Amino acid sequence: MLEIKNLHATVDGREILNGLDLTIGAGQVHAVMGPNGSGKSTLSYVLAGREGYQVTEGSVTFEGRDLLALKPEERARAGIFLAFQYPVEVPGVASATFLKTAVNAVRKARGEKEYDAFEFLKLAKAKREALGISEEMMKRALNVGFSGGEKKRNEVMQMMLLEPKFMVLDETDSGLDVDALRVVAAGVNAMRRADRSMLVITHYQRLLDYITPDVVHILSRGRIVRSGGPDLARELEAKGYAGVMPVAAA
Amino acid sequence: MAATTKKHARRIAFPYGETAAHAPVLANWLVGLRTEARALIADGLPSPRVEAWKYTNLQPLAERRFAVVGDVSPDHVRHAMAKAELGRSAHRLVFVNGRLEAAFSDLAALPKGATVRGLGDVLTADPAALAGLIGRSEAVRGHALAAYNTAFFSDGVLITLDAGIALDRPVHLVFIGAAGASPVAFHPRLIVDAGAGSQLALIESHIGEAGAYWANPVTEIAVGHDAMVRHAKLQDETMDAHHLALVDVSVGRGGRYESTVLTLGAALSRHEIVVRLEGEHAEARLDGGYLIGGKQHCDNTTRIEHLMPHGSCREVYKGVLDNESRGTFQGTIIVHKGAVKTDAHQLCRALMLSKGAEADAKPELEIYADDVKCSHGASAGALDPLQMFYLRARGLDEAAARALLVEGFIGETIEGIADEAVRGYFAARIAAWLALHAAGPA
Amino acid sequence: MCRPLARRRARIGRKGRPMVERNAEARAADNAAQIDALVNEKYRYGFVTDIESDFAPKGLSEDIVRFISAKKNEPQWLLDWRLKAYRLWLSLGPEEPAWAKISYPKIDYQDAYYYAAPKSTGPKSLDEVDPELLKTYEKLGIPLAERAALAGIAVDAVFDSVSVATTFKDKLASMGVIFCSISEAVREHPELVRKYLGSVVPYADNFFATLNSAVFTDGSFVYIPKGVRCPMELSTYFRINAAKTGQFERTLIIADEGSHVSYLEGCTAPMRDENQLHAAVVELVALDDAEIKYSTVQNWYPGDAEGKGGIYNFVTKRGACRGRNSKISWTQVETGSAITWKYPSCILQGDHSVGEFYSIAITNNRQQADTGTKMIHIGKNTSSRIISKGISAGRSSATYRGLVRVLPGAEGARNHTQCDSLLIGPNCAAHTVPYIESRNPSAHIEHEATTSKISDDQLFYCRSRGIGTEDAVALIVNGFCREVLQVLPMEFAVEAQKLVGVSLEGSVG
Repeated sequence: MLEIKNLHATVDGREILNGLDLTIGAGQVHAVMGPNGSGKSTLSYVLAGREGYQVTEGSVTFEGRDLLALKPEERARAGIFLAFQYPVEVPGVASATFLKTAVNAVRKARGEKEYDAFEFLKLAKAKREALGISEEMMKRALNVGFSGGEKKRNEVMQMMLLEPKFMVLDETDSGLDVDALRVVAAGVNAMRRADRSMLVITHYQRLLDYITPDVVHILSRGRIVRSGGPDLARELEAKGYAGVMPVAAA
Repeated sequence: MAATTKKHARRIAFPYGETAAHAPVLANWLVGLRTEARALIADGLPSPRVEAWKYTNLQPLAERRFAVVGDVSPDHVRHAMAKAELGRSAHRLVFVNGRLEAAFSDLAALPKGATVRGLGDVLTADPAALAGLIGRSEAVRGHALAAYNTAFFSDGVLITLDAGIALDRPVHLVFIGAAGASPVAFHPRLIVDAGAGSQLALIESHIGEAGAYWANPVTEIAVGHDAMVRHAKLQDETMDAHHLALVDVSVGRGGRYESTVLTLGAALSRHEIVVRLEGEHAEARLDGGYLIGGKQHCDNTTRIEHLMPHGSCREVYKGVLDNESRGTFQGTIIVHKGAVKTDAHQLCRALMLSKGAEADAKPELEIYADDVKCSHGASAGALDPLQMFYLRARGLDEAAARALLVEGFIGETIEGIADEAVRGYFAARIAAWLALHAAGPA
Repeated sequence: MCRPLARRRARIGRKGRPMVERNAEARAADNAAQIDALVNEKYRYGFVTDIESDFAPKGLSEDIVRFISAKKNEPQWLLDWRLKAYRLWLSLGPEEPAWAKISYPKIDYQDAYYYAAPKSTGPKSLDEVDPELLKTYEKLGIPLAERAALAGIAVDAVFDSVSVATTFKDKLASMGVIFCSISEAVREHPELVRKYLGSVVPYADNFFATLNSAVFTDGSFVYIPKGVRCPMELSTYFRINAAKTGQFERTLIIADEGSHVSYLEGCTAPMRDENQLHAAVVELVALDDAEIKYSTVQNWYPGDAEGKGGIYNFVTKRGACRGRNSKISWTQVETGSAITWKYPSCILQGDHSVGEFYSIAITNNRQQADTGTKMIHIGKNTSSRIISKGISAGRSSATYRGLVRVLPGAEGARNHTQCDSLLIGPNCAAHTVPYIESRNPSAHIEHEATTSKISDDQLFYCRSRGIGTEDAVALIVNGFCREVLQVLPMEFAVEAQKLVGVSLEGSVG
């Protein structure tokens, strides 16, 4: 579904990704783990197309298309969804207004019927209730004054409503207590399907207790240095990053 | 912080005062006011060397030569009225080029103790009703532009509410500007006397139908003890118009004045508000939004004077600037000696959509009492790239993302309009502007 | 670079403990003790030195301008420049700028001396300086003899119209650093002076700068060569002594590519019933990657409680960040003067250049201050930061006046301004007058301002812990000023904290 080849990327002239290779098949869940500064967030922003994250070499192919040639909204409409580590606060724009606009933009691009206000509210109600999001929160300005947990639940609700094919979860566990983590993970797991893949980016193994990956990769200095099964995450938890890295990369 | 100024450069010559037709003079007290105003305009218009006009150059107005106001066809008026449809019932007065058009007005029965009358009629039939209500404050009498109004006004409105009277419908004043080949000028005078405990919603729609004209309205509002006046104004003049307005408000003990001003039109506009909180616990809320493009110039100037203890004010001014437009905000909050426990907050923000636009702000605090809480904030900048990215990552294209963010930015400025239908009337004008402007490239 | 600083350094020196090693707690306790000792103190630098002086005849004329220039053996170009300035100044009225929120009786420019110099001065070594002058500076806390001088600080001492001594010149010269009086620089380094003098503040800039250009008498000159990090703090100590004398000094600092300098300035004057005029000009030039940090503790005589006497301080200070990545940082603590009119500014021409303005302005009794800054963004990705703390007490008035201007070419400019005022007592005034002008959509400007009174709750809390009212006020005000105090060089910070307490003496019942 997604194929990353020899990806090099710079931010403000500094090279952050340094020859990253990663292939994720349909229905698979891959986890990328790495210490601070290894390039985890850069990878997620490059996939979503944030300005200032310059790809200098390599390619990213999504369902046979050159992902890097697409604008951020074209990627979203093609089915890429990035759950932000720090969801952006947008004063003055109500969450509900934003969601409806986004959902209809994506549906329109897929050739599906756009929802009217009534249909949308009905649909959103089911999703938000599953995540414990109140109706009042939908009326508030997007992410403004939301707690860390509220922001992350809001991201997952957006994901459920936009029904992407490929999800990137960037440190979705950060800032969550155990109860909130369970709710969020349940939401994510409910979306697992044979034709939907996922890239879970995380610093800690904790999230992987709730969202079991098929493959775990260790990212260091902008490239994948080791890959393995779910056991690799547990090994990492026990030994730390220094303990699991190949000598050359440590 | 310029070098010393030369006195002669403080005025721009403007022969309007010599050529304009004399307005009716029917009462002695009015003769005095008119004479005073004539003396003030003898030197012409203030230049940007005058601090209060630092960011607004009246040279384009000075270069206009004005013809006498002629008749306007009813078709023109009907066409313009489509933009004045409030979507709810109201006491309506329609002015075309400054003159009341009874045929388009609609004054349903008013409760006892309330009057809404055309000022032209009052001047002819009952000038005594105006004594003490016109030219009450130094802010009006000493104002360089209001002086033209005082010298030449011939129509307008007089609204009076006796103590305790609350109008259930808003008073809607519609001003239509429709000039022919030559520019015209008009100087409507609006007088509101809201007695103790009364309540009034006043809505103004300034609709540009055609041509170049100078609208120079002056509004004087007295808000009595515990009274409340809610004032909302839409300025949608033609792109050749000059709109220069002064609103002077006094608020008595426990009274409240609320103002919302939305500016979309005019080549050159200024909306100036002076509020004096004259009684304890008096309150003011002033909000303003402007959306401009082309080479439009929009000036919002406010002065709030706290004269007694326990007053409060809130101000939010926000502007969206496209193309080579220029928006300026000057806001002064003065807390006089003894006006302790004053709580004042002011915010002004400019959102610049285009290279070539200019935003200026001068938010000023002048404090002569120690037990106060006053603050202001100001900012200017473009749309936040991170917000744009977030919205686009959810599938919105650039134009949609921009429109949503701009709407979210400016929307706050009309939230204070209490009446839902009226708020909707303003929101629709914002949406129409965005449909034209926000879709373009950044 | 005021007096108690020196005393403090000397004392620490005796204990043999360098200040930097002392922990914060000990310092805080020390500060409190010092504030305690100073609370009831009057202006302490108000004495007069009895010294024989040369005066130019009273009044201002073309002859006086020629007299000053001749006295200094100046080249023709400089005399011509002075005369151009003088003729322009004459044509101005003389009409002073009227926009500031200050009021004062008309200044009679003919009723003052424009040149006063101790008779014994001249280019000589420190050993030859008149003992009376050395005693004066000793008393002010600035020992000029190098063996007793403050370690790590080189001082240029300006007494009325002339520089009387500059310390550590030789040591600095060994690194290529030029630190001398501007009169000496005109003689010894005319090419540098001619290139930069008036290049940041032109003689036609404003009324007071024009006056200064015509009659400036002395001041300091600094040149830091390429790549040199100046090894010690440079400092000028200004002293007005003679009666009916104006002080018009001119300071010029040039930081060549990749250099770095920290400069301190202090000022005092005797207590006199008359008002004396101080109209200085300071020009800073920072080339590529250079950094200039300019700190001032201004403690001119503020006049008495009724507003009699005191210095009229009309000063033009401006820095040009000409080079890429250059930086100019102004820090000022303004406690003195009857009137302060001063706007240290930055012209951010070089791409990625940075301008900073940190200010504490305290007014008490009848003092009036109208002070602030201008940040002019011209280059790309320039940034500026303004933090202003105004405190007014008594019947005084403090105004912050600032301009942030972004020109169309200043892509990516950034400004943040925080401007807070604190009012103490019902008869003082505090004003905030910012001008914000943006002509580039990619610029981001943010301005915040607050005005409030000193909190009763905080005062009560301090007092319930046994702290006297005045100490509590000093403590709270110091907290209010913290963001500015912490950017002062350490030697100045302690000094400034004490001044805060002293300046507000008598402000609360």
